[in-house]
Amino acid sequence: MLWVLRDHLNLAGTKYGCGIAQCGACTIHLDGTAVRSCQLPVSAVGNMPVTTIEGLSPKGDHPVQKAWLEHDVAQCGYCQAGQIMSAASLLKTNPNPADADIEAAMSGNICRCGTYVRIREAIRSAAGTMARVEPQTPNKTTPKR
Amino acid sequence: MKPAKNSVNRRSFLKASALAGGGLLLNFSWLAKAQAADKAEILNLPPQWTEINGYIQITPDNVVKLICPNPEFGQNVMTSLPMIVAEELDVDWKNIVVEMGPHDNVKLGPQFSGGSQSVRMYWKPLREAGAAARQMLRQAAAETWGVPVDEVTTKAGVLQHSGGKSAKYGDMASKAATLAVPKGMTLKAPKDFAIVRQSKRNVEGQKIVTGQPLFGLDYRADGMLIAMIQHPPAFGMKLKSFDASQALKMPGIRDVFSLKLYEDGFEQGGFDTRTFNELLVVVGKTTWEVMNARKKLKVDWEPTGDTKDTLMGRGSKREVVVPGGLESTSSQLEKMAEWAKKPAQVLRKDGDPETAFSNAAQVIERTYTAPFLAHNCMEPMNFFAHVTDEKALLAGPLQAPGWAEPALTKILNLPADKIEIQMTRMGGGFGRRAYTHYMTEAALISKKVKAPIKLIYTREDDMTYGIYRPMYTATYRAALDANKNLIAFHVKGGGIPEHPIHANRFPAGAVDNYLAEGWEIPSNITIGAFRAPRSNFNAAAEQSFLDEVAEAMGKDPIKLRLDLLKRAKENPVGKNNEYDPDRYAGVLKLVRDKSNWNRAGVATPGNEKYSRGVAAYFCHNSYAAHVVDMVTRDGQPYVERVFSAMDCGIVVNPDAATNMVQGAVVDGIGNALYGALTHKNGAAEQSNFNNYRLIRHNEAPKQIEVHFVENDIDPTGLGEPPFPPVFGAVANALYKSTGKRFYRQPFAEQLIKL
Repeated sequence: MLWVLRDHLNLAGTKYGCGIAQCGACTIHLDGTAVRSCQLPVSAVGNMPVTTIEGLSPKGDHPVQKAWLEHDVAQCGYCQAGQIMSAASLLKTNPNPADADIEAAMSGNICRCGTYVRIREAIRSAAGTMARVEPQTPNKTTPKR
Repeated sequence: MKPAKNSVNRRSFLKASALAGGGLLLNFSWLAKAQAADKAEILNLPPQWTEINGYIQITPDNVVKLICPNPEFGQNVMTSLPMIVAEELDVDWKNIVVEMGPHDNVKLGPQFSGGSQSVRMYWKPLREAGAAARQMLRQAAAETWGVPVDEVTTKAGVLQHSGGKSAKYGDMASKAATLAVPKGMTLKAPKDFAIVRQSKRNVEGQKIVTGQPLFGLDYRADGMLIAMIQHPPAFGMKLKSFDASQALKMPGIRDVFSLKLYEDGFEQGGFDTRTFNELLVVVGKTTWEVMNARKKLKVDWEPTGDTKDTLMGRGSKREVVVPGGLESTSSQLEKMAEWAKKPAQVLRKDGDPETAFSNAAQVIERTYTAPFLAHNCMEPMNFFAHVTDEKALLAGPLQAPGWAEPALTKILNLPADKIEIQMTRMGGGFGRRAYTHYMTEAALISKKVKAPIKLIYTREDDMTYGIYRPMYTATYRAALDANKNLIAFHVKGGGIPEHPIHANRFPAGAVDNYLAEGWEIPSNITIGAFRAPRSNFNAAAEQSFLDEVAEAMGKDPIKLRLDLLKRAKENPVGKNNEYDPDRYAGVLKLVRDKSNWNRAGVATPGNEKYSRGVAAYFCHNSYAAHVVDMVTRDGQPYVERVFSAMDCGIVVNPDAATNMVQGAVVDGIGNALYGALTHKNGAAEQSNFNNYRLIRHNEAPKQIEVHFVENDIDPTGLGEPPFPPVFGAVANALYKSTGKRFYRQPFAEQLIKL
């Protein structure tokens, strides 16, 4: 799925990091849930909607994206699309995550620059925002198959 | 000086982006805006730029574009360097557009990201560029209005005269560009800074969080093919023969061939490091197809035997023998232990250390070791190349285009002005991307297949290719007299293939009798820069050794360091001491205060539950100290909280600098506890993140508090300096937590056995 997105659909926001589901850089949403696209056969997608970082929000203003900017999380930025997709998936099912929930959801996403402290803070901020505002419906894109 | 050609149109790919529906190239975005701008806004930027100087372009409708000279690998230079220009130019930061500059060392200076150099190397030239441009704009306004130039003032991009006239920079830019460049400008006093020292957000932040193509791996061009390389499976091996018949039958595959990186006798510059000279290349239409075809290759490899490298450096040429053989970590450790006993090169000697040690009441001796480390940039090595007989376009992640160019001109047989190098955002660097063999490989592949190609390394290719942080060891000895005074200090360090010793650093200068020695074992495993490679080992070993010495002396570890620094300041021993004792002491005092450090070994209120370790280090002209607070969870020690103190002079962008220090702390904890690249029969034993452990979210501290010493010293390094002392602080906290000293990295391997 990762290489279909990147090479065929020209959606380069989903990153290649390891190819063996160890780093989370390729995280997308399959039917609203975070999955590693490098291990997802295209044939397994069926009719389920696929959301990539490009489609997380219409204008790049998903509460998680806004929180990432507010905390200026990124250093190199390469892993951050995957981090954001994991965080958005977490907050969708658990709008008020405890530290342990954040750790469980985010420990599959490696950040080599070490921005974990800010990722945690941004997730807390986004959770606060989402608790106040009605959650947005993500823009869904279904790849051609 | 003349109005420049439209720099946007100068590049073929951006030409395409300016045309509606320009195809695949459309979305590779090079411009960034200080404030969030959507893509339409960026693509609608005005086409006519007037170039005031290499770093500044202004449109008639007053858009100011600042050119970032240095490649961006997450140190945030695309924001901090333009901030320095904007400060002196006097513009509203909100209206700034930033563009990564092209490779042009004449116009844009050294263009090298590494060695914690970017801000300190560009601090003065960028301030001068901003000040000169502002002066030229004032001059243009004065001439237009017929008033004396010293009556023209500026305010946030607007020129004003006391008589009531005013104009925007854009109105005067084309006239200003025709004026002579003023010299000897007076620069702002630090107290007047209005942009520098204010936190500004990453100018590419919006593009990062929306997944826009920014990185080398995202680069595309019409007709581009994908290339991958099969390198030998082990250091000390080379290609013998191959059968590509099955691979060539795979869908989408265009070609399979072997490639020679350098011809015999090729004169290598300092960063032209060669790991594997002959490589097997697979070229095809898409990444997935090439990956699958690689699996069908049948390849025989054979030992290289000894080989020769011709190395150029400082105007001289030398031949170096690279030993053959297949190395293993176990044999490397044995060899290091053996070499450690041999006489070594004396790097510095003060007083009479031999006599002092023989007269000592107590001698403490400890040996530390650390493995090779892989950089593991999240974006694996890759590069785009389109080489023809006349010219070459190369685009991708690299730290120093100017260092890569000489090799390219020789290999491609093209003059430098026919080689265009574009710098994409890098998914991490850490020193790895200063070594651009992967760019040279891409250029040679494109030349061979006569098509634009993008060379992609898989994670496995990336991790098993070098160019690692060296393997190091050092034995430290301290002599105490009967009153527990430190009377002599001795360090003897070695490594594969270089030693780690900085002989003129602390505690040199603070001890009467001092000896530093180094030795080196040649190897075919290629090594290089890694976020201050020698320093990050030294700070682990020396700072953990000092902790033990302090304990033997019955002194608080911070007090011991401060006492030694006092000595180094008041009555320094020897010459060439690299550090400033006051600044070194400054970060120790700051971290002691901010962390509410334990007094006389007793936990201060609120800190009872923590096992605390402290360490400090000087490198790249900056000073860093950390207090690491550990807790035990599920029977394992974790770093819960860290206090950091930094002295790097003026901090250009405080929040981004804080982020950098926080990242260095996490990186240091991760590498100290888990980092290791080991070998068996020449082959790297780790190949991906399932067997190379990187620190993860749940293992990172919950809180990292960063404090900067406030002074008006011109900026010094920041990317590297906070990293090395983390290792020592972790080792010292581990001792408090477990009661055991840790001498061998990575520490977590020994924790499992506790």
